[in-house]
Amino acid sequence: MRKTSLDCVYEMAKRDERVVFLGSDLGVGTLDEFRTTFPDRFFMEGIAEQNLIGMAAGLAMDGFIPYVNTIATFLTRRCFEQVAVDLCLHNLPVRLIANGGGLVYAPLGPTHLAIEDMGILRALPNMAVVAPVDAEEMRRCMAATLDWPGPLYIRLGKGGDPVVSDAKAGFALGKGILMREPGRLLFVSTGIMSGRALAAAELLAARGIAAGVLHLHTVKPLDEAALLRLAREVETVVTVEEHVLAGGLGSAVAELFADRLAQAPRLLRLGLPDRFPEKYGSQDDLLRHFGLTPEQIAERAASLGMRSAA
Amino acid sequence: MRSSPKSISAALLRAEAAFAAPRPEEVPALDSRSKALRRLVVDGLKGGGRGHLGAAFSAIEILRVLYDEVLRVDPAHPAWPERDRLLLSKGHGCLALYAILADKGFFPTDELTRFCRFDSFLGGHPDAAKVPGVEASTGALGHGPSIGLGLALAARLHHRPSRVFVVTGDGEINEGSVWEAAMSAAKHRLDNLTIIVDYNKHQSYAATAEVLDLEPLADKWRSFGFAVQEVDGHDVAALRTLFRALPFSPGRKPNAIIAHTVKGKGVSFAENNLAWHHKSNVPAAELEAVYRELED
Repeated sequence: MRKTSLDCVYEMAKRDERVVFLGSDLGVGTLDEFRTTFPDRFFMEGIAEQNLIGMAAGLAMDGFIPYVNTIATFLTRRCFEQVAVDLCLHNLPVRLIANGGGLVYAPLGPTHLAIEDMGILRALPNMAVVAPVDAEEMRRCMAATLDWPGPLYIRLGKGGDPVVSDAKAGFALGKGILMREPGRLLFVSTGIMSGRALAAAELLAARGIAAGVLHLHTVKPLDEAALLRLAREVETVVTVEEHVLAGGLGSAVAELFADRLAQAPRLLRLGLPDRFPEKYGSQDDLLRHFGLTPEQIAERAASLGMRSAA
Repeated sequence: MRSSPKSISAALLRAEAAFAAPRPEEVPALDSRSKALRRLVVDGLKGGGRGHLGAAFSAIEILRVLYDEVLRVDPAHPAWPERDRLLLSKGHGCLALYAILADKGFFPTDELTRFCRFDSFLGGHPDAAKVPGVEASTGALGHGPSIGLGLALAARLHHRPSRVFVVTGDGEINEGSVWEAAMSAAKHRLDNLTIIVDYNKHQSYAATAEVLDLEPLADKWRSFGFAVQEVDGHDVAALRTLFRALPFSPGRKPNAIIAHTVKGKGVSFAENNLAWHHKSNVPAAELEAVYRELED
C-alpha cells in the first residue's frame, strides 16, 4: 500500500508541477526515481516533523501541493500543533501519507503504534481522514487527492493486504462503498478492517445471518447520507476499526446516530481498548489479542442474539 | 530550577559583550513616525481593552523600516504573487504589525480601535484569512521559521525574486521547531530567507537569561549555518543599512539578524517592565500617561 501510494505521488509529479514530496528520514531508496527526476521537488528533511509540516504549509501557501510521508505516529503526535495551525487553520492542500496506521508496527511497541491518529485528526476542523482497504483502492484514492481543497490524512496499512476492493465501485472522497448488501446486520468499517468485515460477513452467512459491509474509506467527512439510509434498513450496526474506540469511526457513527435518528439501530463498536497495547508479535497477533480476527468479529456480532435467517 | 542571580548577571554580561552596536544613550530618540506608530498600537490596546504592548513596542522600528524601505509589497494588491513575505512569528506582537499595515493602507487605521472585539478582523493574534497583508496566522510560537522556509523554497522553485522575512521573539526561540527550521534553511542555502530575532531580553515570566538563556545567541545562529548580523533594533538608520546589505552571504547562507531591542520601548514606565508584557483593563489615567510619553 505504501509503495503504491508513493508511486502514485511520483506519477502525479510527472503530470503536475505543483506536486512536491517531503519525507523525514525514510528508508534508503525511497522514491529514488522521483529524487533523480525532480530533485527540486523532492525534500528529505530529517527527523524534524514539526519543521516538515510548517515547511509543507509554506510551500502550499505559494501554490504547491505537498505530499508528506513518514510513520503515522510521528506525523500526528509529534507535530500535532503544526498540523492543527499550519495546515488546518490555513486550510492548505497538504497530504499526509502515514505509514503503519493502527497496529502495523506491532513488534516495535506502543511508541510506534498509531492507535488514536484518526480520532485526533478527525477533531481538527478542515482535516479529511481516509484509510483505503488495499493497494488497488489506494491507487484510486491517490488519484482523487490531487484536487482535494484542504488538508488530508491518508492512513496506510502494512502492505500486501488482500485485495478486496472492486474498481467498478469507483472512489470519491467522502463517499462510502457498500461492499456487501446488508440483511438485518451491517458492518461499517474502514481501512484493512473492511477486508476482515467482509470475511466475517461470509462466516455469518454460513450461520444463516445476512450481514452487509459498508466500507468507509473516508472517516471524515463522514458519508452521513449512506449511513442514515442504511441505518433505516437494518437492526444492528457493528463498526470495526483498527483504532481506539474513543474518537474513531465507531464514535463518528455513534455521534451521527445520536444526533440524527430518533430510533437508531443497535450499535456495537469493535476496535482497540483504552490502553496501550502491552504485547508485541505481529499486527495479526495484536488484532487477534483484541478480538478483531474475522472469526472473532463474526462471533461478537452473532452474540448480539440476532435471529438466524434474514 | 531557577538560575542563581550570579548566573543571570553572567549571562546578561555575555549578551552585552556580544552586542557591539551603539549604547542606548547614543541612539537618537524616537522620531515622530516611531511615536505615531506607537500611538496606533495604544489605540488598539485602548480599543480592545488588552494587548501585548511590550512585545509590540520592541518590534516597531524593525517593522517600520521593513515596510517603509525594504519589502516589495502592494497594499492595493496584498496577494500580488511577486511580493516579499513578512511573517510575524511572534504573533502576540500583532499590534505593531496592525499599526504599520494600517499606516500603509492595507486597511483603515480606525479598525485598530476595534481590536479584539467580537466582529473585528483584528484579533489578539494575526489571522491570515482575515487581515489584508498578514501572510500567516501565528500566535502558537515557533511556527514562522518553518513556514517561512517553505515560502522561501517556493519562491526559488517559482524562479521568483520574492524574499521572506520572519520576525521571531526571543522567548519564542525556546521552541525546538525554530532550530529544526534553522538546520533545514541552512541545508538549502536559502539566502532569500531572513530571520529577525526581536531580542528584547524578556519573556513572560522573567528575563530570557533567567528563564532559558539564549546566549551565545549570534554564535548559535552562526553554528546553525546562518550569516548573522547584530543591530540596535530601534536605530532606524542602522536597520536600513543592514537590510540593504541583504543577502549577507549570497548563494550560500540564510540570514539571521539579532535585533537588540527594549521591551516596551518608548514609554519609560513600560520599558523592561514585565507588567507590560500583556496588559488588560488598563486604567484611563495610565493610558493617558502612555499617550503623553508618545507625544511629538
